[in-house]
Amino acid sequence: MLNQLRPAIFVFAVLTLLTGVAYPYAITGIAQLAFPYQAGGSLVTRDGKVIGAEIIGQNFDSARYFHGRPSATTATDPNDATKTVPAPYNAANSSASNAGPTSKALIERVQDDVAKLQAENPGAKVPVDLVTTTGSGLDPHVTPAGALFQVPRVAKARGLDEARVRRLVEDAVEGRLFGLIGERRVNVLKLNLALDALTG
Amino acid sequence: MTINGWLQIALFAVLIVLVTRPLGAWMHAVFEGKRRFLGILETGIYRLAGIDERREQHWTAYAAGMLLFSAVSIVALYLLQRFQASLPLNPMGLGNNSVDNSFNTAVSFVTNTNWQSYTPETTMSYLTQMVGLTVQNFASAAVGIALAIALARGFTRRQSGTIGNFWVDLVRGTLYVLLPLSIVAALLFVWQGVPQNFSAYVDATTLEGATQQIAQGPVASQEAIKMLGTNGGGFFNTNSAHPYENPTPLSNLVQMVLIFCLGAGLTNTFGRMVGDQRQGWAILGAMAALWLGGVALAYSAESAGNPAFAQFSVDQSAGNMEGKEVRFGIAASALFATVTTDASCGAVNAFHDSFTPLGGMVPLINMMLGEIIVGGVGAGLYGMLLFVVIAIFIAGLMVGRTPEYVGKKIEAREVKMTILAILCLPLAMLGFTAIASVIEPGLAGLANAGPHGFTEMLYAYTSGAANNGSAFAGLSANTPWYNYSIGIAMLIGRFLVILPMLAIAGSLAAKKIVPASSGTFPTHGMLFVVLLVGTILIVGGLTFFPALALGPIVEHLAMQAGTLY
Repeated sequence: MLNQLRPAIFVFAVLTLLTGVAYPYAITGIAQLAFPYQAGGSLVTRDGKVIGAEIIGQNFDSARYFHGRPSATTATDPNDATKTVPAPYNAANSSASNAGPTSKALIERVQDDVAKLQAENPGAKVPVDLVTTTGSGLDPHVTPAGALFQVPRVAKARGLDEARVRRLVEDAVEGRLFGLIGERRVNVLKLNLALDALTG
Repeated sequence: MTINGWLQIALFAVLIVLVTRPLGAWMHAVFEGKRRFLGILETGIYRLAGIDERREQHWTAYAAGMLLFSAVSIVALYLLQRFQASLPLNPMGLGNNSVDNSFNTAVSFVTNTNWQSYTPETTMSYLTQMVGLTVQNFASAAVGIALAIALARGFTRRQSGTIGNFWVDLVRGTLYVLLPLSIVAALLFVWQGVPQNFSAYVDATTLEGATQQIAQGPVASQEAIKMLGTNGGGFFNTNSAHPYENPTPLSNLVQMVLIFCLGAGLTNTFGRMVGDQRQGWAILGAMAALWLGGVALAYSAESAGNPAFAQFSVDQSAGNMEGKEVRFGIAASALFATVTTDASCGAVNAFHDSFTPLGGMVPLINMMLGEIIVGGVGAGLYGMLLFVVIAIFIAGLMVGRTPEYVGKKIEAREVKMTILAILCLPLAMLGFTAIASVIEPGLAGLANAGPHGFTEMLYAYTSGAANNGSAFAGLSANTPWYNYSIGIAMLIGRFLVILPMLAIAGSLAAKKIVPASSGTFPTHGMLFVVLLVGTILIVGGLTFFPALALGPIVEHLAMQAGTLY
């Protein structure tokens, strides 16, 4: 068995150089040349400042913006490093709620969120994506129904005509690839950027 | 369920069938030594390492080489994590990983499990991810393919003392199968939006003026081999649900195809090696039947949503969206969950812990059956061939004739070894779950109460022993108890299956080839496929039904009755 120790060590070393060093650096080199924007994280700048990443969701609380889905990400408690505090859309610590379907905490959370959302758009049923947490905690999208549901609130907060805001949402809907693959969706950050551009 | 959803599922199946033959032919040629476009590099490696590529090994030497290579890998990966703070490529200044988690992670990546009880973006430096984890993504997959090829040689050799050379198989699988496909896939992922850089995490100022720190890294290069090698260990904590790992529906489809393509291709390689491609298609057919059953159950359960939401004013037409991503929706999430556990991948694009009870039971059953539905690269084929031995044995008992498979007599030694390999999995899965559910350190990790909590533990050990790596991720598994016990389950699930399997390869290789006669049971037809599927379901059902009844099944009944925990 020990006569195979030399192959074990040398094959391991060569494969490490090949797949752990040469391969990732080669991919990095080609990627930076061919797709510099994506390779750099699809960062979006406005007035020279990085305001986020196009494909990473960010937290919106203000009534003037469309909101993303609930996010279960956390951050270290600044007062006690052994504890965590809720920090939605923390893109340095992605995580899911992992709440099971029969969890009392889940049902209570959904009940509260539904009540809040109903207050801003009475009469309409709340689309389920607005009250369920994203898998990554960083979902950049809501469903078209989830965006349209928020139109009355945003229009009121911005003093805009509802029809105008609704058209903005409809223009922002991304379809399925080839009409088949994936789901119809709205990128919340891009929609809010368009909203800001509209009202200045 | 929607027509569009089923069309997406059908498209995936068509793509797998389309890639099976070309990949099967390619791998067949590679392992026959007929594709050597990096010949200088290949022979250079052999010279440096002192390997005589023409010298084949007895199964015991083949096994010894595999064990030594795995041991060197585990030690190196352990040390890298323990010293990463003093090493370069660590822009975020992350500290050394703990003893128990370094052990767990080293075992996890070397056994192709890629179970992760740590949060990568706050634990692993870029150096560890690249030089440690990415390397094992390649190596553990190449080892798996090598072993499947060695077993296939057992069926094809006549009266031979050897089953190939482990080092040659390992090097060829890496150079000519895994690396080329990974390069193409990695660039495709970058195009779709997966980052590939060595920058520090970016501090962005959001539209509302808050600061959002966004993790970066050489993600695409690891993502490609993570899927292709059925590894499944994410660069980020939320794995393929993270928009940086899996940004678009197209990248998602490609990821699922990558999970299945080599495993499906290997069934064809096997068919070519035994001189009858129909044997490969029959095996793939049995896999397809089990795959379809899983997808149908997961998709319908997840589409139905959560009955507990019905009391609120919620439009649940989008299905059970807790823990899922909008761009994938229900169909692509249910399909991904099925595929990732049919194979030993374990990547997730939605969180299984938040699936409905029956939806979450599908990945669990897939792993309990031993991941033989296409399966891990290599591991799926040799796992399935073990069930073939059982099925053939049962058929032989029914007609009172010594069973044969592709010209080899299956006798007492093969059947004993097969049973040994098949029994060690439930022993690790159920044994550890039973212990964890009665001790303090086991119960302390639960995130959910009631039967769902039990399922979290059952899922963890099943995933570990099956070398899958997906999780009911609410379980707090980064504790000494879980790190060590799941680490041991992973070692059992990998090596106690491989050793009997290689023994079978060795004993088959030494046998004569019996020409087919009128009394030979044909193993390329529908009757055989049905027998094989039946055997798998009976063995799995008898072993695991009681545990499933305590977990997902009782939870489903409780959910229908409106009980919450």
